[in-house]
Amino acid sequence: MSLFEGRDLLCVRGERNVFARIGFALDDGQALVLRGSNGSGKSSLLRLMAGLLRPAKGTIDWDGESIERDTAANNRRLHYVGHLDAVKPSLSVSDNLAFWSALCRGQIKEDAVRRALARFGLAMLADIPARMLSAGQKRRLALARLIASPASLWLLDEPTIGLDADSIAVLRESINEHLGEGGLAVIAAHGELAIKGASDLDLDRAAALDVADVLQ
Amino acid sequence: MSRFALIVAHELKLAFRQGGGASLALGFFVLAGALFPLGIGPEPGILSRIAAGVVFVTALLATMLSLERLFQGDFEDGSLDLLALSPLPLEAVVLAKCLANWLLAGLPLLFAAPLLALILHLRSDGLITLFAAMLLATPTLSLVGAIGAALTVGARRGGVLLSLLVLPLFIPVLIFAVAAVDAATQDLSARSALLALGGFLAAALPLAPWAAAGALRQALE
Amino acid sequence: MHRFANPARFLRMSTAIFPWIAALTAICIGAGLYLALFASPPDYQQGESVRIMYVHVPAAWMALFVYTLIAVASGIALVWKHPLAHVAAKAASPIGACFTFIALVSGSLWGKPMWGTWWVWDARLTSVLILFFLYLGHMALMNAFEDSSRGERAAAILALVGFVNVPIIKFSVDWWNTLHQPASVMRLGGPTIDPAMLRPLLLMAVGFTAFFFTVLILRMRAELIARKIRIARMARVHGEPEWTRAAPGGAA
Repeated sequence: MSLFEGRDLLCVRGERNVFARIGFALDDGQALVLRGSNGSGKSSLLRLMAGLLRPAKGTIDWDGESIERDTAANNRRLHYVGHLDAVKPSLSVSDNLAFWSALCRGQIKEDAVRRALARFGLAMLADIPARMLSAGQKRRLALARLIASPASLWLLDEPTIGLDADSIAVLRESINEHLGEGGLAVIAAHGELAIKGASDLDLDRAAALDVADVLQ
Repeated sequence: MSRFALIVAHELKLAFRQGGGASLALGFFVLAGALFPLGIGPEPGILSRIAAGVVFVTALLATMLSLERLFQGDFEDGSLDLLALSPLPLEAVVLAKCLANWLLAGLPLLFAAPLLALILHLRSDGLITLFAAMLLATPTLSLVGAIGAALTVGARRGGVLLSLLVLPLFIPVLIFAVAAVDAATQDLSARSALLALGGFLAAALPLAPWAAAGALRQALE
Repeated sequence: MHRFANPARFLRMSTAIFPWIAALTAICIGAGLYLALFASPPDYQQGESVRIMYVHVPAAWMALFVYTLIAVASGIALVWKHPLAHVAAKAASPIGACFTFIALVSGSLWGKPMWGTWWVWDARLTSVLILFFLYLGHMALMNAFEDSSRGERAAAILALVGFVNVPIIKFSVDWWNTLHQPASVMRLGGPTIDPAMLRPLLLMAVGFTAFFFTVLILRMRAELIARKIRIARMARVHGEPEWTRAAPGGAA
């Protein structure tokens, strides 16, 4: 039995079967890379893992217990970075990050925020209103959340979009450091992250739609 | 600072940095209230008869205006995902947002209401009851309105739809609030009406965040 | 797939009972109308115009009955996720709205000979008007989203919230009415109902109920077929196109 496990997952969004019979298993220090074309369900699977979406069938367990059992505890142990950056344009860069970091920790820790901004190259921009940031900088601000407060499980949905090569390298280092400390990561990517030792899950190859079933 | 207080402070900070919001509701309140004498005529006898009703109907509409963006902005930029994933239960997040909305919109209305009532010639012995009724009614309006705001997140024509959904639910609050003030101006006891308002608030405090959180989870699926 | 196992059974069952329920509708409404318009006595106070009651009162009953049904279906949909519950709520809502509208119009027509005005803000008519708005809100929310299943789920929550509020609204409106019309005892329908009037009333009520279920079956079947079409179209859109199955590690 692995630490983070999903079995026989059926995902239905709207009236559409996104994927069926998907499973995964991850332990401390392991990473899973999700591959597949657009619409294959990478984002949906990440949302299932986060608990934002409930599977129509199947279970997702953490340490043997369903993640639906205790949503507060589940939320505490994960970081989710989706397609959107959750950046408020009228607040400064550091205010943006400080809010999310404090919400996760339950208290304000300014040095952690500063360190996270520095890691992602935003230290000089800390007092700038976020509306002035470029798309890549906003992405880095969103990713800085990963470092600003601790969490065991990182769920990243195409994190490298809008990032230049240097930033991708920083992200890769951060992920490797996180894995090295025993953290887990599930990343939907189109291929450039190259995390060592990561296992693959290709949602295109897995059974996606059973049209015959749907039409009876 | 507790997580709850953190969210309230964050909402207040955002409102002050972004501007608009609360002052819009307040401006609408006074303007719409002032339309009535223009439409009906300035005769004090008629105005004082309808003053309580006008104050509460316009307060109700103004509150609704302030609710349109309660969750929509967060939904559009991805913050709602993160709020749903925070260690604080989503119900508490909703309550925090309702409190912030009330501080920004309901509280100014609370203090503007007696002024509007005065220019509409409400008998002065109704003013204190008006204040008390507004104090009990405006938080209930924020809470019940939050359910509508949560249901219409991401909907087409969300603003107009919100009005259609939420105005029928506001009617009991409206009826008892006006009844309280009318009773006071007629030297009768406003106690039962105010108790009813208090009852609505007490029921809305746990139930509205629960329903709104359920609706938000659906929006995030 | 569990979601569609039941609709097949529903479609079979509904085909079987449909002719019976349609016949029941025709018989009850036919007999009810005959009794209402010809064979029952005029009211001692209102004369012949009381006959509108035979449409107004059952329509008002149906308005509330259908809303209750929608609330129950919504509860079942949210808690047990039965696949037909959303379909039933979606199909029932416009029918309930029509009954409410009929109740409002017939109530208005009834009031004209009695009070000389086309509308009167008495407790019942006002409550029915608010119920009408609740129906409109339900239908609007149901159709307000690109993703129809989101609309169904949101409307289900709204139906439950509205249902909880119905007694509160009724209580408030009654209270409001007694505040403003303390001396009025003129209730639409009179203090007691003569048994000769009760029979056509009940017949019409049963007839309206049968009518509701007849139309509900038709609408649910239509909705299920529309659903199948939507899903088939989506399958075509999201089915894997050949060109993504390129060489392994191929370019985007």
